[in-house]
Amino acid sequence: MTPAVGVDPGEHAALERVWRDRTGLWGWLTSTEHKSIGKRYIITAFVFFLLGGLNAGLMRAQLARPENGLIGPDRYNQLFTVHGTTMMFLFAVPIMTAMGLYFVPLMVGARNVAFPRLNAYGYWVYLIGGTFLYVQLLLNTGPDTGWFSYVPLAGPGFSPGKRVDTWAQTVTFTEIAALVGAVELIVTIFKNRAPGMSLNRMPLFVWAMLVMAFMILFAMPWVASATLFLAMDRLIGTHLFNPAEGGDALLWQHLFWFFGHPEVYIIFVPALGMVSEIVSTFTRRPVFGYPAMVLSLITTGFLSFSLWVHHMFVTGIPELGSSFFTAASFMIAIPTGIQIFCWIATIWAGRPRLTVPFLFILGFVVTFMIGGFSGVMIASVPYDQQAHDTYFIVAHLHYVLLGGGVFPLFGAFYFWYPKITGRLLSERLGRWHFALWFIGVNLTFFPMHLLGLRGMPRRVYTYLPETGWGPLNLLATIGAVIVVLSVVLFLVNVALSRWKGSEAGENPWDAPTLEWGTTSPPPSYNFAYVPVVEGRSALWDRSPDHPVVTGLRTDMREVLVTTLLDAEPDHRHRHPQSTVWPLLTALSTGVLFITLVYTPWGLVIGIVPLTISFIGWGWPTERDHQEQLREEAAA
Amino acid sequence: MTTLADSVAWIGGHSVHVPDGPVALLLDRLGDYMYAVSAVLWVLVTAALLWAVFRRRAEGEDPNDPARERRMQRTVTLAVAASAAILFVFLFLSYDTSRAMTGRPAGEPLQIRVTGHQWWWEVEYRDSLPQHWATTANEIHVPVGRPVVFDFRSSDVNHSFWVPQLGGKRDLIPGQETSLWFRADTAGVYRGQCAEFCGYQHAKMAFEVIAEPPPRFAEWLVQQRDTAATPTDSLAQRGQLVFVTSPCVMCHSISGTTAGSRIGPDLTHIASRRTIAAGTLLNTQGNLFAWITDPQGLKPGTRMPATQLGPKDLAAVVAYLETLR
Repeated sequence: MTPAVGVDPGEHAALERVWRDRTGLWGWLTSTEHKSIGKRYIITAFVFFLLGGLNAGLMRAQLARPENGLIGPDRYNQLFTVHGTTMMFLFAVPIMTAMGLYFVPLMVGARNVAFPRLNAYGYWVYLIGGTFLYVQLLLNTGPDTGWFSYVPLAGPGFSPGKRVDTWAQTVTFTEIAALVGAVELIVTIFKNRAPGMSLNRMPLFVWAMLVMAFMILFAMPWVASATLFLAMDRLIGTHLFNPAEGGDALLWQHLFWFFGHPEVYIIFVPALGMVSEIVSTFTRRPVFGYPAMVLSLITTGFLSFSLWVHHMFVTGIPELGSSFFTAASFMIAIPTGIQIFCWIATIWAGRPRLTVPFLFILGFVVTFMIGGFSGVMIASVPYDQQAHDTYFIVAHLHYVLLGGGVFPLFGAFYFWYPKITGRLLSERLGRWHFALWFIGVNLTFFPMHLLGLRGMPRRVYTYLPETGWGPLNLLATIGAVIVVLSVVLFLVNVALSRWKGSEAGENPWDAPTLEWGTTSPPPSYNFAYVPVVEGRSALWDRSPDHPVVTGLRTDMREVLVTTLLDAEPDHRHRHPQSTVWPLLTALSTGVLFITLVYTPWGLVIGIVPLTISFIGWGWPTERDHQEQLREEAAA
Repeated sequence: MTTLADSVAWIGGHSVHVPDGPVALLLDRLGDYMYAVSAVLWVLVTAALLWAVFRRRAEGEDPNDPARERRMQRTVTLAVAASAAILFVFLFLSYDTSRAMTGRPAGEPLQIRVTGHQWWWEVEYRDSLPQHWATTANEIHVPVGRPVVFDFRSSDVNHSFWVPQLGGKRDLIPGQETSLWFRADTAGVYRGQCAEFCGYQHAKMAFEVIAEPPPRFAEWLVQQRDTAATPTDSLAQRGQLVFVTSPCVMCHSISGTTAGSRIGPDLTHIASRRTIAAGTLLNTQGNLFAWITDPQGLKPGTRMPATQLGPKDLAAVVAYLETLR
């Protein structure tokens, strides 16, 4: 790695020696560097996206015509359960967290995330959880009660065997990974921002990540309780959800959706941040209405916790109570509307460049809006009486998640790929990818609105020819084929550009945020000199001889900690070394959770390696000791 | 082969937008209004977006012109206010529709109890006189023009009762009692289906609502209250004997015989029903043979096991079932 322009080679060499991971497999296993972890996190999440897509492809093949014999009910139920679980728990939330873990430290001018070992641990736990789910699916013992796993169907009485336990435990793994990621993001954003980056100068992407992290913090405990209760009902015979013994089947739905609705916004909010960064860069001006944008993100975060009952409008909940949730659900359309209007204003005032990332943002607005409008419809109690649990909802949720999540994400891939790899993706292939994706998504999901209104319920493995749903289903399947083609093109683009793409340089798009102020890919230490931020658009507002932070040690890992509101330098902090213990701790966690699926003794068996690895994690090494001595001497 | 649909046409192909009766009409109207407004708004915003992208820009135009910034502030504020106003109108319409739907139906409603089972529907017409109770399965007869109030229960997992053309849906949740009402104003056959995922055969848990003029409905109800006819034909007599001495009685009941289990559908008047296996197959002799011989092939996972009957016994049982009108 060569140093960036203007960086003293001696300084570079010193920082590299201190911050770089060891080479080879061991270096990879022990890495605690946010870019290394972030990159593998992004790739893993994308692999799960492909696997989840494969499940969806099989389902579309089965539904292409009525009474198709390709896949039976047992396999089909596993497929849609694993599809939903994958897309929500193994793809959408992790990839958003991963983008944050890679880019937030760069965007706030930090050297690494605040808790680097926790970061590595989170990734390994997530990888083990996801692998466990897919091993079970391949063994034909995948969960089959839906990603929502309603009791009593998912309870011990109606789902014997270990399928549902697998689901519950996979979710537990991902809860831990998500919570760990959220904690790191919050602390990194609050305490590691470059001097001058006061809260009101933070890039909108960082704001979005902050809001997302807080939402994870408040939403995940609910699904954690829910899955714990379910596991207890199944494993040790409690009756929390068993109505025959005084339990309550509806309690599950409340717990699950109190998490499940914010979950949707946990995916959507970071995407909004990505959209803002891309819009700003490609219109060459800051996003219009920064305070309104920030407040909209925060409002969305708050309101998302008051909508959960709109998933339960047909459970016979009293009318007056339901009405409150209709109003709250309508209300959340307003902050989203504000952001869309602000982006349009930004584009209107600016000079848009129709690059591939920008095209995906345009696609996002028009596609997502359809999901937004259908969302307002189903938030109405009476309208939902018809639409609930039909293909109308399938259409709605895919418009929201693909339109509002994956469109911006693809835009973000094209936007940030050069920063991660140092090479640009091909614009030509990118345009084809965009066009096919746009057509494919709309062709797959628009007909589903009509199917739902013509009476097709969700989660059916087949339908009778007499229902007349055949042609629209065939159309949706053709759309799915186009979606597959577009994703294949994207993969080809990624592979070709990795070696053949044109060199990106530091800032190929002339973007305003800090990550574009270092080499592509960034060096292990991110910034040779921690920058001092002089305005909201860090690079655009930079004065010609911009100030930097000096005085951080280069003979050991040392980072700058700043104050929460104004990011004034507060103190220096010794940063932990890379180590293999997070991996070992994650493996021990895996042993505990996976044995627990099969026997309550798993807790007793698993606690031993887990305790050992936690002790190892915190055990000071000789190097830590030396550094401490040096620190004390300097003080 | 006669299919389910062309034996008797389902009214409107079970679309929510070919409504019948007051509840479905209200929902249809609300839907139409929301589609129209949404479509207009979508076109407007898309147009604004495209205009913003492609508008001609003056030479040397400043993207950060403060005068334009103020104009944009006004426009955006106005757009947000307009969106909020439209949402308020939606909210009002939504509440208004809710109120009209959930109010007590006018007239003396008919009470029907529906119990969800994996994967069929038990339908009970109760009365103050227990001897007037009638039980059937997967087929709900209702009188035209009279409101029907359903009370729902579930014997196992969550299900959801839905007849798109007659009204909304309602979940059947173990340990809870839920209810719903609708009124059919046109005689005919309506298709309904389970809408909440309930396991293997959620896909094949359908039913039919048969709306009839009140006199025909009354006639039907009287007939359903009867005990099963005693077979006169010798094959059917043999069939009855086979039935009550075979594992069939472990699950099914036929009133007037010793078969009295209520795990599976009541078969007292099975020959009067249009379909078998919860709306999966037309109730024909051939389908009865097929279903009794190989239920797992026709509806994998169904609680009905394959029956080990010899060909003669099987023919006798089918002949007997066909007498149960």
